[in-house]
Amino acid sequence: MEQISKKAIVSLKDIFVRFDGEVILNHINLDIHEKEFVTILGPSGCGKTTTLRIIGGFVDPESGDVIFDGARINGLPPHKRNVNTVFQKYALFPHLNVYDNVAFGLKLKKLPKNEIIRKVTKMLAVVDLKGYEKRPVQKLSGGQQQRVAIARALVCDPDVVLLDEPLGALDLQLLKDMQLELKEIQKNTQKTFIYVTHDQEEALTMSDRVVVMNNGVIEQIGTPEDIYNEPVNAFVADFIGEANILNGTMIDDCRIRILEKELPCVDKGFGTNTPVDVVIRPEDIDITEPNAGQLTGVVEKVTFKGVHYEMSIRCGKCEILVHSTKSAATGTTVGMSVVPFNIQIMNKLLPFYNNIIETTVSCANADENYFEFPLEDETVRVDGHYFPEATQLRITLPPEALSLAGDGMGHLQDVYIESVVYKGEHNEIILESDERKWLMLSDTDEQVATYVPLSFDFSKASFEPLGSEHKDKEAGR
Amino acid sequence: MKSKLLSVPYLIWMLVFTMIPLVMIAVTAFSDNNGHFSLEALASAFPYTHVFLKSLWIALLSTVLCLVIAYPMAYMVSQMRESTQNVVVMLLMIPMWMNFLLRIYAWVLLLQSGGPLDTLLSAIGIHGSYTNNTAAVIVGMIYEYLPFMFLPIYTVMGKIDKGLVEAAQDLGSNKSEVFRKVIFPLSIPGIISGITMVFVPSASTFVVAQYLGGTDDIMIGDIIDRIFFTNNHVGAAISLILMIFILIFLVLMNRFGDEEAIV
Repeated sequence: MEQISKKAIVSLKDIFVRFDGEVILNHINLDIHEKEFVTILGPSGCGKTTTLRIIGGFVDPESGDVIFDGARINGLPPHKRNVNTVFQKYALFPHLNVYDNVAFGLKLKKLPKNEIIRKVTKMLAVVDLKGYEKRPVQKLSGGQQQRVAIARALVCDPDVVLLDEPLGALDLQLLKDMQLELKEIQKNTQKTFIYVTHDQEEALTMSDRVVVMNNGVIEQIGTPEDIYNEPVNAFVADFIGEANILNGTMIDDCRIRILEKELPCVDKGFGTNTPVDVVIRPEDIDITEPNAGQLTGVVEKVTFKGVHYEMSIRCGKCEILVHSTKSAATGTTVGMSVVPFNIQIMNKLLPFYNNIIETTVSCANADENYFEFPLEDETVRVDGHYFPEATQLRITLPPEALSLAGDGMGHLQDVYIESVVYKGEHNEIILESDERKWLMLSDTDEQVATYVPLSFDFSKASFEPLGSEHKDKEAGR
Repeated sequence: MKSKLLSVPYLIWMLVFTMIPLVMIAVTAFSDNNGHFSLEALASAFPYTHVFLKSLWIALLSTVLCLVIAYPMAYMVSQMRESTQNVVVMLLMIPMWMNFLLRIYAWVLLLQSGGPLDTLLSAIGIHGSYTNNTAAVIVGMIYEYLPFMFLPIYTVMGKIDKGLVEAAQDLGSNKSEVFRKVIFPLSIPGIISGITMVFVPSASTFVVAQYLGGTDDIMIGDIIDRIFFTNNHVGAAISLILMIFILIFLVLMNRFGDEEAIV
């Protein structure tokens, strides 16, 4: 964060994008400053590439403003923007050699030939490809093609360089080298880099600032330290690094209840007895004697990782991950302590725990003991309960009553998996249907950003008629 | 070893149906009725030089016109939505399923005096004859061979990575520069195979000129057709000369293609 000037070079204001009725970017706002290395981080399908393409001019937002160096540039075609892109699959011109690929942009600018030669030669030296001028690009290795793509973008001297997962196709060692090299090139050239990746480690390593995105919204913007140490919610905490994310209750300012224990913390302003998400990083837990710790648990698994031991400790129903330089034998009971500063309290991702449907019975049959209600263009039939037609009803579905229909025939089709967070006991999965969000518990890992059919188990639900005529509550079985 | 064994049937096929017939054509061209070596047949091919040149000229003209029509068409179709593309390509292909002769007859009917074109143009006061001339032959040839030009170009264009187009735009190309600097150079292999696939069969085609052409529009394929059963030596000689011309043409085309690919 050394000499970063605070002048915004790119500003996205209230950007909204929709493809085929599906919302890709939901009113996002983002300022990118001059000479800064910003990474847009998120799972696939979160809208990060679309954000980049808006800046590049390949996508026009449905609403909102794209401001570049103070001017609104919505609708300006890519070739008129002083922005160059390093594409995901490089997109090198196969009919041109290395030199001509790099010189492509300069030739279009009609620069004098000797200046083009001078600039290309200089840029090829920067990316360590001196002497490769005459090589056909298909004959280059992945890393070399990558560097040609970077040189081709940088040689045009753009104000902003956009990089769309440029290291995705490289093997691990090359990837690490290129990460450092990219950061170095950015520092030396003093350009603004906007980098898109799904790799959190890459984001933390290279960036001045990280923008974490999920499901078309920006979850958090901050320095890598901020994002890691002070995640705003369970999604960010889960996405960045390893974390124990637990359900807790904020008893009062600076007092949190987790794992059936009350612990001191430093956060304030969450109210009293508020359900919250709690993050404790594995390296922030100290292993102590059983009776000296704030928490106790039984060691279930120990793995030696070189720098530390990775331990899985069972604490009641929950599994806690601990990184410690001290080891403990499997099966032993240990104590665990966390300093208050390292307990990070966050608001819940959803304002509710149980899924509540308020609806009106659309069709009912007392003899066969069932009723139906409308739900987002579908009709849902509930067997084993009867309420007369037109009854106003509140149906409470606890998260465990929801499941993904394995046979593909759910009550709701095509529900979007927005996030999957492991809470030490179950995965808490947030789903989004056309009109609302749902919370589901699952023991299987589901793929984020996919569409699945959702079904409800009404035997776990409770039903409560609303209004005056039906006061009798019917509890679920 | 196994792959060599597998190739044996194909080698036999090529020997029996390609190599031996070629040799037989050459032997027939250079021999007389008694089976002696003779240049007589070759010499009797000379009077047909003008037919020969005219055939090549018609073939060249048809090829160029096919290219002029098919290239923009292939470009436009490749820009359409994929579902639309399939329909359009299908529509372009359907006439090919019809019998070759039938399609030529159709053109005769369309162009002949009293036919739809004549009636239409007469109605607005233009009178003329639209069949029995070189133009009609070329129209027929274009109709026959257009799909062979369109398909390879379309296939190559469809394969051009959209990312390359975006990269070119990103680096400052407007639409025409994207075309000149990326799409056109990358579509050259398609152009070359299209030209080959149209020029070679159209140079040796027959029937088209017989039906649509005038008296002096006879093509070399028709000559071979006519002569072969009366004097197979002359027929073979003409075929051989035609083959050599086509071979030279193909070599030139490939040379040109290689150079383009390097630039």
